[in-house]
Amino acid sequence: MNLDSKIPAGPLAAKWDKHKFDMKLVNPANKRKFDVIVVGSGLAGASAAATMAELGYRVKCFCFQDSPRRAHSIAAQGGINAAKSYQNDGDSVYRLFYDTIKGGDFRAREANVYRLAQVSVNIIDQCVAQGVPFAREYGGLLSNRSFGGAQVSRTFYARGQTGQQLLLGAYQALSRQIGHGAVKMFPRTEMVDVVVIDGLAKGIVARDLVTGELSTHAADAVVLATGGYGNVFFLSTNAKGCNVTATWRAYKKGAVFANPCYTQIHPTCIPVSGDHQSKLTLMSESLRNDGRVWVPKQKGDKRSSDQVPEADRDYFLERKYPSFGNLAPRDISSRAAKEVCDEGRGVGPGGLGVYLDFADAIKRLGEDTVRERYGNLFDMYEKITGENAYRAPMRIYPAVHYTMGGSWVDYNLMSSLPGMFVIGEANFSDHGANRLGASALMQGLADGYFILPYTIGNYFASTKQSKPNVNHPEFKKALESAQAMTKKLLSIQGKRTVTSFHRELGKVMWEKCGMARTAQSLQEALKRIPELREEFWQNVKVTGENNSLNQDLEAAGRVADFLEFGELLCRDALMREESCGGHFRVEHQHPDGEAKRDDDNFAFVGAWEYQGPDKTPLLNKEPLVYDEVHMSTRSYK
Amino acid sequence: MNLTLKVWRQQDAQQPGRMVDYPVAGIIPDMSFLEMLDVVNEGLIAKGEEPIAFDSDCREGICGTCSLVINGRAHGGQKGTTACQLHMRHFQDGDTITVEPWRARAFPVLRDLVTDRGAFDRIIQAGGFVSVNTGGTPDANALPIAKVDSDLAMDAAACIGCGACVAACKNASAMLFVAAKVSHLSLLPQGQVERERRVSAMVAQMDAEGFGNCTVTGSCEAACPKEISLNFIARLNREYGVALLKGVN
Amino acid sequence: MNINKLFKSSVGRKFIMAITGMAMFLFVVAHMVGNLQIFLGAEEINRYGAFLQGNVELLWPARIGLLVIISLHIWSAVRLTAENRAARPQPYARHELVVASYASRTMMMSGLIIFAFIIFHLLHYTVQVQAVNFTGQDFKGLEDAQHRHDVFKMIILGFRNPVVSLFYIVAMSLLFLHLSHGVGAMFQSLGWRNPAYAPLIARFAVAATWLVFLGYISIPIAVLLFGYGSQYVGLSK
Repeated sequence: MNLDSKIPAGPLAAKWDKHKFDMKLVNPANKRKFDVIVVGSGLAGASAAATMAELGYRVKCFCFQDSPRRAHSIAAQGGINAAKSYQNDGDSVYRLFYDTIKGGDFRAREANVYRLAQVSVNIIDQCVAQGVPFAREYGGLLSNRSFGGAQVSRTFYARGQTGQQLLLGAYQALSRQIGHGAVKMFPRTEMVDVVVIDGLAKGIVARDLVTGELSTHAADAVVLATGGYGNVFFLSTNAKGCNVTATWRAYKKGAVFANPCYTQIHPTCIPVSGDHQSKLTLMSESLRNDGRVWVPKQKGDKRSSDQVPEADRDYFLERKYPSFGNLAPRDISSRAAKEVCDEGRGVGPGGLGVYLDFADAIKRLGEDTVRERYGNLFDMYEKITGENAYRAPMRIYPAVHYTMGGSWVDYNLMSSLPGMFVIGEANFSDHGANRLGASALMQGLADGYFILPYTIGNYFASTKQSKPNVNHPEFKKALESAQAMTKKLLSIQGKRTVTSFHRELGKVMWEKCGMARTAQSLQEALKRIPELREEFWQNVKVTGENNSLNQDLEAAGRVADFLEFGELLCRDALMREESCGGHFRVEHQHPDGEAKRDDDNFAFVGAWEYQGPDKTPLLNKEPLVYDEVHMSTRSYK
Repeated sequence: MNLTLKVWRQQDAQQPGRMVDYPVAGIIPDMSFLEMLDVVNEGLIAKGEEPIAFDSDCREGICGTCSLVINGRAHGGQKGTTACQLHMRHFQDGDTITVEPWRARAFPVLRDLVTDRGAFDRIIQAGGFVSVNTGGTPDANALPIAKVDSDLAMDAAACIGCGACVAACKNASAMLFVAAKVSHLSLLPQGQVERERRVSAMVAQMDAEGFGNCTVTGSCEAACPKEISLNFIARLNREYGVALLKGVN
Repeated sequence: MNINKLFKSSVGRKFIMAITGMAMFLFVVAHMVGNLQIFLGAEEINRYGAFLQGNVELLWPARIGLLVIISLHIWSAVRLTAENRAARPQPYARHELVVASYASRTMMMSGLIIFAFIIFHLLHYTVQVQAVNFTGQDFKGLEDAQHRHDVFKMIILGFRNPVVSLFYIVAMSLLFLHLSHGVGAMFQSLGWRNPAYAPLIARFAVAATWLVFLGYISIPIAVLLFGYGSQYVGLSK
């Protein structure tokens, strides 16, 4: 497959403006003739659906949650980056671009990232106009804070609930369009397949999660905004319902999947407390602005934190990365925590944790200020652990948080399946091998508000369109195959529950393909996952029926996809014989333990193409060309 | 811990439901309430019975999906805590725990503990927004907003739309939910131009959905996992009063 | 002013409830102040009675006004209560109303009993139906030296009946209960409560409610327990 990124020619800073001018337009009267399906209602999906409806397209929006307001974007705590440079501290579009490229370990497309930095500015304006209550100074102007991987304060925030407030802004914009009848909303409805007619995505098959009824929907374009695949690890900071089903089933219909091995492990999560754990809870990275990360210097030091004198403490991030200190990027901080725990210096039950200590901050700023900044996070920590973090340091440990990989898309955010666009976390485009904090919200909204609504028009205007129709045999075929899968899942009636398979898959993924990966561990995973999948299809027990609300059946379909997808993730990780960003291959490191990138051989996007069931997928490479920035070794020392 | 659960089971919206007892063993205090239900469900599935359907998603107290009335109290009655953040350490070995869905005509039960809260979405669709299209907005700092107003708006905007206020209210009133959104937007300059139209439309939709009326008992405020204040209901009333006096439809 | 929405919306009906409640509260306070003149002696209260009765042009509009107010209050209460019941067709197996006060949960009950009391009270002292005063005397026939209606004697005689006094005190207790929720709630319903005034409103509500209660029950208690006015009516304590 020829992966044409369609990056416009010309100087980096002018590419997007020029492209906007070059793109063909659909005149306002004609827009209402085009149907668009948006799957997912998070930041990317809701903003895209609302904006396209405002432009005049007829939009159908689907989400599996009971309301579009519940998409997992809501859980983002810390903030959203934008190159507003309100703080007069040397920020600029170029600096945000550079920080993002560097933070992504030089594995993202220059042009996409530059555009992201450009439109970041508009996002803040848009959100404020919608009534998002960002934090403000007494003078009435917007407040900023700093975040991991940056040396300027460019992060806008709304207490510890930035994702929630931004999502509610997008949800309200979407609701306004639903109220106007411009968007038809389908909550509690899950996409189960993409329908392809003559090589173009022309609709979807969806399952009503309340009645079990399958329905077909035709459209001129399909937009997937279905989030990331972190739940392949079972335990992650994702919501329980997050899944890879939409992008995975699109992959099987021809949308190649890029860089699945780029998974972000977030350093500041609450450690696992037992086997019952159903998910992990993130504590915002913003905590690292004022918290200091440490472990005892001596291994096996069992003293309680207040008994360890200053001299016996190892503030390992400050020691290893003096210029960024506790604000070193996520991948680096996570790995550093893993290292000290592997050395036996971890704290808490099982030794899988490090301290995040606010004693200095409380001494310096007073408890009230700390409470004002992070009160809700401290409360959350106490609810989960029963411990008061104002008195004793928090215990944190890394956990799977975000996935940089996703459906491959070109500059226009269109996948390799023409007519299917992928936005937000579901695509691979902007974060390279590692995402910086407060950039996910930025990307989701950039795609949804400011990029896709333009580029989709160009697709409509420049592609010869035949009006899609649900009576086409392809719709019938897709519907029947979806029915067959449901029937099969319900007919196995084996001995093991869906969750037990998911848990085991997660364990394999975390142990063999987690924070540190080796060729051997990956090969073991590649052996184990197909076995597990085989067992799943022989021995899974799914209760209930198809024609009612059946959460067991919903989970079974999603886990079935994870069992296939996990294998691709490991395959990608095995292929990528280098360490970069969230992908750390133990074989490829510098003597001091830092990741060793191989730009000569791996400066490409690895996009996997489906070849059929049980066939090895085909690797396509999109070379990454850097005209503007020099591919340096990432250093935060 | 060993517990007895009394859980509402209902096949679908049409059929009547009933409380069913389940003995539960081997619960660890560090489990969340929903993880305890996961354990119960794994046991039910292993026995070939259908698991208890309940809504949950983020499991960190922000998405507002989980919706259980535990021992007669929405989200279990821990201050500022959703059911997913409620941990078993707050229960005693040997306890009997009742688990029911939100009960309100406007929130019909879909199955077991799962209800349809689409009424909330329709209230927002009626007017819970600022009518701006994407693009063409002024610079974010062009409009200074007093920190106190912005902070108060944020207090209201913290609502997660879970519906605990309705579940806890003896009248199944949705006033706290509506008040939170009306207050959030009316406190900010961006929301001024359509504030009367907004409150009028949202209250009309709230009434059409069949929620009860506010009789100022304060149950909603006490049950709210985000501790949204009853003061916002007074603000809603004030906003509505102004709209009424101005004759806004 | 959007009259349609005032009557048809839930919040509008709460306004009606609050405004009529406030009007009745003011009446209750004024009525109490008038009644307390009994402690100034027969001359004062009889003069006051004659003053009230003497202006038909004011008396009847006031009476009609009060009738309209009480009707609206009851109408909105009945409507709201019916809607509240309908809003939860399937009750909880277990429902803990932790913070909802007893008063707030029993407004309909206390209100209806107070309404029944008002009817009795009107028959007793306003219409002066002999059958309901249980004294064997016709209150209409009571006249003082200046040929005014002897209100003082009527009240003393009326309250000397322990059953009547007890019913009166019970009704005032229920009024106390009703107002203990109602006075604060009407500020809330009208949107006049905000964080700055909330503590003030709460204190005002408590003080006003107690004053009304104590003011009203002081009369039957003085008559029944302390024999106030017994000499005037020519009977022993």
